[in-house]
This record gives sequence, structure tokens and C-alpha cells, in this order.
Amino acid sequence: MQTTILKAASNFLLPVLLLFSIFILLRGHYLPGGGFIGGLIASSAFVLDAFANGLVYTKSMLRFHPGFLMPLGLTFSFLAAISPFFVGKPLMHALWMKGHIPVIGKLGTPLIFDIGVYLVVIGAALTIIFTISESR
Amino acid sequence: MEVVLAIITGILYAAGIYMMMRRSIVKLIIGVILFSNGVNLLIFLSGRLKKGKPPLIPESSDVFIEAYTDPIPQALILTAIVISFGLQAFAIVLVKRAYKVLHTDDLDQLNTTDEDS
Amino acid sequence: MLIVVLIGFLLSALLLFTGNFFKEKKLSTLLTILPLGILIYLLSFGQKIAQGEVIYLHYEWIPAFDVSLNFRLDGLSFLFGLLISGIGTLVFFYTSSYLKGHHFLDRFYSYLSMFMAAMLGLVLSDNLITMFIFWELTSITSFFLIGFNNESQSSRKSALVALGITGLGGFFLLAGAVLIGESAGTYSISQILSDPEAVRSGSYFSLICIFMTLAAFTKSAQFPFHFWLPGAMQAPTPVSTYLHSATMVKAGVYLLFRFSPVFEGSHLWHELLLIFGAVTMIYSAYHIIFRIDLKSILAYSTIAALGILVFLIGIGTKMAITAAAVFIVVHALYKASLFLIAGIIDHETGTRDITRLSGLRHKMMPIFITGVIAAAISGGIPPTLGFIGKELIYESTYHFTESVVFLTFLAIFTKILLFYAGFVVGMKPFTGKLPAALSEVHKPDIKMSLPPAIMVILGLVLGIFPGFIEDFISAPITQTFGFTDVEHLKIWHGFSEILVFSMVTILIGTIMYLTLKPNYKLKGFISKLEVISPLQLMNDLNQGFEKISGWWTNLFQNGYLRHYVATCVLFMVISIGYVVVFNFNLDLADQAFHQLTFHEVAIIVIMLGAVIFTVVTRSRLAAVVAMGIVGFSFSLIFLFYGAPDLAMTQFSVDTLTVILFVLVLYKLPKYLKLTKNVLRLEHGILSLTFGTLVSMIILMVLQQPVQKEVSEYYGDNAYLLAKGKNVVNVILVDFRGIDTLIEVSVLTVASLGVFGLIKLRIRSRDKK
Repeated sequence: MQTTILKAASNFLLPVLLLFSIFILLRGHYLPGGGFIGGLIASSAFVLDAFANGLVYTKSMLRFHPGFLMPLGLTFSFLAAISPFFVGKPLMHALWMKGHIPVIGKLGTPLIFDIGVYLVVIGAALTIIFTISESR
Repeated sequence: MEVVLAIITGILYAAGIYMMMRRSIVKLIIGVILFSNGVNLLIFLSGRLKKGKPPLIPESSDVFIEAYTDPIPQALILTAIVISFGLQAFAIVLVKRAYKVLHTDDLDQLNTTDEDS
Repeated sequence: MLIVVLIGFLLSALLLFTGNFFKEKKLSTLLTILPLGILIYLLSFGQKIAQGEVIYLHYEWIPAFDVSLNFRLDGLSFLFGLLISGIGTLVFFYTSSYLKGHHFLDRFYSYLSMFMAAMLGLVLSDNLITMFIFWELTSITSFFLIGFNNESQSSRKSALVALGITGLGGFFLLAGAVLIGESAGTYSISQILSDPEAVRSGSYFSLICIFMTLAAFTKSAQFPFHFWLPGAMQAPTPVSTYLHSATMVKAGVYLLFRFSPVFEGSHLWHELLLIFGAVTMIYSAYHIIFRIDLKSILAYSTIAALGILVFLIGIGTKMAITAAAVFIVVHALYKASLFLIAGIIDHETGTRDITRLSGLRHKMMPIFITGVIAAAISGGIPPTLGFIGKELIYESTYHFTESVVFLTFLAIFTKILLFYAGFVVGMKPFTGKLPAALSEVHKPDIKMSLPPAIMVILGLVLGIFPGFIEDFISAPITQTFGFTDVEHLKIWHGFSEILVFSMVTILIGTIMYLTLKPNYKLKGFISKLEVISPLQLMNDLNQGFEKISGWWTNLFQNGYLRHYVATCVLFMVISIGYVVVFNFNLDLADQAFHQLTFHEVAIIVIMLGAVIFTVVTRSRLAAVVAMGIVGFSFSLIFLFYGAPDLAMTQFSVDTLTVILFVLVLYKLPKYLKLTKNVLRLEHGILSLTFGTLVSMIILMVLQQPVQKEVSEYYGDNAYLLAKGKNVVNVILVDFRGIDTLIEVSVLTVASLGVFGLIKLRIRSRDKK
């Protein structure tokens, strides 16, 4: 399946899709989107890349095993969940920074939580697909 | 539309169950997937349908001005879809492994825990 | 007092870690300090108890359910507490020599101290539920101790039987306790006893009566539940001594004693106890003749003695209760020492077969003397305490209001056989000629010969000076039953009919001992009758249950997955189908359902086609592609009906799933046509019925008004509280964030599972 056209296209598509997934992730609080969808789009981007350039290439480009994204993401989400304890609020209480940032809107713990979800989804999906396609 | 979707849900349930009762292990997984689609649709329907009214608060306002689709079933289904992806992946790999080890995908031959059978 | 109960548990836990230390340093004798300490502690209350004081201690445990760790030390608890700690001391001491060097000595002591703690808790607790818990704990420790030789099959079997029967009794006790609690409005034993009328006038009175007696009968091995006790003789002898003759089996008697005031005067109560006590007495006394194993003889004589106790409580007069209280002490003293003697004989000669034992007096004179005195106490020969006990028993039957002759006859019959049993065990092995096989026998260790000697000396001394224990006998009677002027214990009652009965007992007992020799012929005779014994009945019942449950399990759990699925679905169809079909009325007129548009119709047609194709196709790839189409149609439906998030998620997941399938598909086998057409048809009909049912349910649901409270809360507050405008996302990351956190954890676990399954395979293949 490693055609030249797909290869050439994917070299452009991967960064574009990744950027798009991050955009989807960040705007999730206001418009359709969020960590789950963003994560799935990002994993699709990597899978597409693997189809075009081969699994070995994609993995070497990633530099680390995608599985490590899972604990990382869990840590993000967990910290976001427990951070209200430090200011004496109950678990999962949302904390927001003042001010407004374009696209993202407001910055706060729910966003960090969503980033965690995003990372876990990418990690899980890629781990599953990479392991399966590696196995003979 | 609701009536048609209700019937489709029934068909998905029936197809899922029927596939689960086959002996081929691949069909079992397909059955589970169809079935979970049916369940998602059932949850979606139980929140009632509203055409083209996503649960997004308009940019100019702080609260909803007009009627909107029930967000709770959507949150539930979103979760369910992602989880069932994990489930399906696990099931597929399990099947693959069972086939590798036992050289059969006939469920009737997988009914014992003994290694030697 | 809490510490008294808990220290046994603490020691038992401690022994888990330090057991080897005690075992290796041979320090197990030191453990005797525990029961001895408790004995001394209890004795320090002796003065107060004798004056009729009651000592209470109160600890809250589960106040919401009226369960508390309340303890009360009154005359009855004191009497039993002395037995438990006193005999416990001797048994702990004895065991250190009896099981010297045993591999599991630490475990044995651990069980033993746990049992002692539980037993003390049982007699000291002042709360019905706590008492029940301790009651069950004694059953469980008894189970472990009977099965102590866990390599022997008969040991394990007996342990299970004992646990089954005493566990059954536990159920009855719990049921009785709950009913008493309901009637009396409290679980505190003191309060229940201070106002017995509340229970007596309650509507459950007969039921309570039956449950409590059944609980006592199972624990105290009354006919027809007696058979676990002879089986329990599989335990090491110290256990038989301690649990199965002196203390645990008396727990039932304690229960009857304790609650007697509540049931006093109820015909049902008195008749139950009298009848079952009498049947047990006669049945097991008669069985003594046919036994040749020392411990077996003692087991049956123990059952007979327990029968006498139940019988006496059933009579319920002041005299009978006094007799019972004295007999508890007497029986503990002589039966424990006889058991210990049987243990010594077993330990030194390796056999308990009475037909092979004789002439041992040449080898162990002190034991012989101890044995004869024990037998004398058992036979009620003056001036032992046994004589006082026996006189009191006869007096209580003889002075009862009805059936005097019959009851007295029963008592005399039983006492004759107990006399016989005592001498067969305590004297017979020592008399006659020493057979060659036993010429190498050694003198037992002092640690073993001392405990029985102490007990028989006590029995002798207390017989001559009964004043020492009089207060402790009369305290429970006056406190529990309210009888005043309890008879003074004395050895000489003057010439009366009672004395004649005593003489007759001793005379016939002696004749029996001299003429009747236990032999295998007698044993063979009774074995033939075993077919109709309760034990056999229980075994048959067990086998029947096993067969039925095996059949039942095989019917539903035959290992075929589709069979399970079909069973579940069929059950649901049958169970909810009826309700749905009869309540179904479709009224679409006034429902504001959406009209179908053209593109919706198109999607639905494609989807239906894809579903049907997935099911019927013979190609796996085609099935997977069709399934993908189903998923994409779904995302379109979601998109039309206001769920863009869902549409996007469904779309991406569907893509990934199809990719996944394609990746592994060629490593999987092709479809085979495995099922017969008839079965396919059956399954098809079943699934279609189920699908129809689901559709009907949805239509019914759609006609119901919808509850939107929660959705509206989320919708209204999404921006105000959570500063987000996409409500679905706000629910996921804020309102229900914990759920999402757990969900991503599940996803992580699933992918780790995938990873593990595949990598594991590779590694195990590498090994080969």
C-alpha cells in the first residue's frame, strides 16, 4: 500500500491533521470537539502515516513508544482532578485562570483534564493498532 | 423517524444476538459490535430526538434560548463508543491469540479450560 | 474483660509469625500462661460472684444495629469461664508434651487459643448478635481442629460434617436471635432476661423456642444431630478433651441455661428438651456397649451426658437445675481426665482399641490410679463429686410431678451405662495381663500425667468438701432462675430411695463391667444398623443434592457460549415479553415525531442493507466493510439529530475499528458453515423475537413523558458554573469528570491487555 502519492500526501497530511486534532481538542469546551475526538483524529493521522510510510518509519519518527502517552495523560487528568484539594475545594472542582485567550477561551483545570484524555486516547489507540500490526 | 429508528434498534439487537449465537468466533465479535451499536441507538432515542439542535449554548448568550438535544445520552454514548473500541480491540486480539494457540475458531471446541483438549 | 476475650485472638495471630520460635525452642509449655492468667483473673472476681454481683462492661461496636461488645460476668458466665480457662490451662499444658515436635504445633496452639477466646466471648457476651458471632467462631475453630490432620481423608470429612451441623445450628441461633430482638426490641441479653414477658407475649414465641432449642441441639450433639461428635474424635485428643467434651459442646447447654427464664413454663420448651434429651441419653448410652475404640466410647458417653443435661434443664425444677449445674462441673472433670488418659494410652501404645489393651498398670501405675478415680467420679461412687451429682439427678427425676417412674428409670439406665463407660476407659486397659506387644511401652511424660491427676483430685476433694464450689453453683441458679434457698451440696443425704437407686446403679454397673467384654462382634452388630442412622441419611441427602445440582449446572452451563446466550435471551423474552405485549398500545397520532426526509430514508435503507448483508455474507471482509457502513450511517444520523460530537467520534472509531479488523482478518480462519439449518432457524426466530421486543419497549418509552431535570440542570449551568458552551464536553470533563477519568483508565487497561496478549505470545514462542 506504500504508493508514492499516498506517501507524498501523508507527509503533508500528518502535521495538518495533528494541528487540526489539537484545534479540535482546544475548542472542545465551546464547540463540538474535545479530548476524545481530538485524540482519535490524531491517532488516525498516525495510522495514515504508518500506512503510507510503513510502521517502522512512523515508530522511529515518534521516537518513543506511544504507550507512554497513557500514563502521561492519566497523570495530567489526575492532577487536574486533585488540584482543587490544594485550594481547599472538593475533588474535580474546576479552577479557572482569569483572562481570555483566542480559540481556547479560558484556561483552567478542565482543559488540562481534557488534554490528559487526549493523550490517553492517542496512547491507547496507537498502542493497540501498532501492536496488532506488528504481530505476525 | 423515531418509529423507524426504534425498529432499526430492534433489528440491530436481533442481528447482534443472532451473530453471537454462531459458532465462528469472528462472527461473535461482529455480533458484539452490532449489539453495542443497537444499545447506543437505544440510549440516543431515550433522550428524544431534536433535529439540528446540538446542545451548544449560542455564542451571544450565557444560557440556552431555544430547545436543544438532551446532552446526557450524548455524553453516555460518547463514552460508550470509545470504551467499546477498547473492548473490540481486546476481543479481536483475544480471538487471534486463541486461534493461534488452539488452531480453531469454533466456539464449540473452546468450551473447556483444559490445555490438552 | 475485653482483653480477656481478645487476648486469645491476639495470641493466635501472633503465633502466625512467632510460631517457629516457640516450636524450635520447645517453649510451647510457656503458652499455658495464657489460660492460666485468664483463670486467675476470673477467680479474682470469685468473691463478688459468690455474693451475687454481676459485672458489666460496655463497648460500642455497631451502634446503628444495636450490636455492641457488651460483656457481663454473672454466676453462669463465671462457672463456664472457670471451666474454659481451667480445663484450657490443663489442655495447653498437656498438649505441649502430647504433640511435642509436631510439624504444625504452632498452628495447633493458634487454633486452640482462638477457640478459647471465642468460647469465653460466647459465655461472657451480653449481646445476642455478638454471642452469635462468637458461637460461629467456635464452630469454625472446631472445624480447623477436627481437620487438624488434614492429610487424612476421614479427618477432613468429619470436619466438614461437624461444620455443617454446627453451622446449621448457627443459622437457627441467628434466626432465633433476630426474632428475640424483634420481640423484645433489644439485643441486650440482660434486658431480655429482665423482661422475659416481652418475648413470651410476642407472636414469634413458638418459633423462637424451636430455633433456640435447635441451635442448642446441634451444638450439644443431641439426637438426631449427634453424629458429628463421634466423627469429631478424629481430632487430636487434647481437642476432643477440650472442645468436644468439656466446653464447646456445652455451649448449647449454656444457651439453654441462659434463656431458660424466658421459656420457663412453656410446654413446648419443656417437652422439646425432655423428649430430645431423653432420646439422646438412651440412644447414645445404648451405643456405648458396641464400641471398642476408647475415644468412641467416650464420645458416646459424652453425648449421653449432654442428653442428661438437656433433660435436666427440660425438667426445670430447682433441684434439676442444681443437678445440671453440678453435673456440668462433674462431667467436665471426669470426662476431660478420661479423655486425657485415653490420649496418654494412645500416645504410648499407638492404639485405642480396647480389645488389645490390658495390663498397662505395670507400665504406668500413676495413670492407672488416676483412671480409677476418674471412673469412680464418672460412676458416682462416694465420696466423689460424681456421687453428689448423681444423687441430685435422681432426686430431680424422682421428685418431679409427672411420670416419675419412667423418668427415673431413664436416668438410672443412662447412669449405669456411663458407669460402665467410665470403667471401661479408666480401668480396663490397666488390668489383666500385659500382652507382649505392649511390653516396650514407656512411662508417659509428667506433663501428660499431671493434668488428669489434677482434675481427679479436684473431683475427689470437692466431693468431700462440696462447700468450696457451693457458692459458684448456687450463684447462677439464683441469678438466672431466681430460685432461692438452693440446696446445700452434701455427700450424705440419709437413707432414702435415692440412695437405693445409687446402690442399684453401682451394682448393675459393676456387674456389666465384669461380664460384658467389648468385642468386634458387638461392633459388627451395630454397624449393620448404621444404614438407618442419621449420619447415613445425611450422606444420602448430600449425594442427592450433589446429583441434582450437577444436573442443574450441566443443564445451563454446558460450556457452549451460544447456549448461554440463547438461555439468557430466552429468559428475558419470556420474563418481560408477557408484560410488554399486554401493555403495548401504539398511539402515534398525538406524538410530535419527526417526519422522514428523503436523505434519511436513503441512509436507513443503506444501513438496513448493510446490517442484513453483515449477517448473511460468507465473506469476512465483506462483513467487516458492511459493518463499517453501518457505523458511518450512524454518524450521519447523529449529525442530523444534533449530536456533532457523537458523529465525529463514531466516524473516527469506526475507521479505526475497520482498520483493526483488516489488520488481523487474514490471520483468522475463514467462516465455516458449522451450524445445522434447524438451529439457525431457531436462533433466527429467537433473535427476531428479542429484537421485536426491544423495538416495542422503545416505542412504549417514547410515548412516556420524559424526565429532563438533570439534563436541564447541566444545560442551564454549563456556562454559568462550568464556563463551557459545549454541554456534552462540559459533562465529560467537568460535571462527570470522575467518570471520564475512570473511563480513560479502563481504556489504558484495555490497550495494555492487547499489548500483553500479543507480546506474551511472542515471548512464549521464543522459549520454545
